[in-house]
Amino acid sequence: MNNSIRVSCTKKNLKLIRDFVTEYLKALALTDILMNQIVLAVDEICANLIIHANHEDPNKYLTLKVQTVKDQVKFEIADQGRAFERNNYKEPNIQEHIKMGKKGGVGIALVNRIMDKVEFITDGTQNTCLLYKKIK
Amino acid sequence: MKITQEIKDNTVIMTLDGELDASSSVILDEELSDPEIMKYAKVLVNCQDLNYISSAGLGVFISHLQRFEDAQIKLIFYNMQDKVRNVFEILGLDLLMTIVSDYEEARTIANE
Repeated sequence: MNNSIRVSCTKKNLKLIRDFVTEYLKALALTDILMNQIVLAVDEICANLIIHANHEDPNKYLTLKVQTVKDQVKFEIADQGRAFERNNYKEPNIQEHIKMGKKGGVGIALVNRIMDKVEFITDGTQNTCLLYKKIK
Repeated sequence: MKITQEIKDNTVIMTLDGELDASSSVILDEELSDPEIMKYAKVLVNCQDLNYISSAGLGVFISHLQRFEDAQIKLIFYNMQDKVRNVFEILGLDLLMTIVSDYEEARTIANE
């Protein structure tokens, strides 16, 4: 099975990424809710990379690889945009967001709550996000 | 993403059809930002055919909640698929928004 995809950094490609992940996960016979959660976590990371790290530049690309290792599925999402600064990340206060009418800032919270492990690695100009989720 | 609106008894019934992601949620934001919607006391959102929502879609609702509350407009979601409701639950939004099972319940709560 083809387990990697490379797309240019436009928001329209998020649907393509979700379809790719859904297709891969189908073989694992997950529940609807778990399947949706995993697709969502990957979508959130890719949306952040496309919008914030690469400023929706269609000349830039991200690569997504997926594999199942023992009882967990592992995603590797690589790009060469601005690296995510995890040290500066703060969990959002949703009630505060509502009060302020804030639109963004809850995507990474979803990823952290859905996935078992989330890693961000920067090596020179290459950034890689690793997502792990137990499926059995 | 397709959004349709129907007006009935001082109520907007907004039907969402498709996927709300970082790309398509702009359309929802435009619909909810339309000053016309503020003329109605109730906005019922039919989520039956909403197959997917990401943080961008949630963010649009989050960003309008206070404005609706200040204007005393009731915003009620109904017919939400389990997998979509689960995304609201992960962030605890199900406790901050009104999500009910079906249209009848939405009407009842809207008229309270």
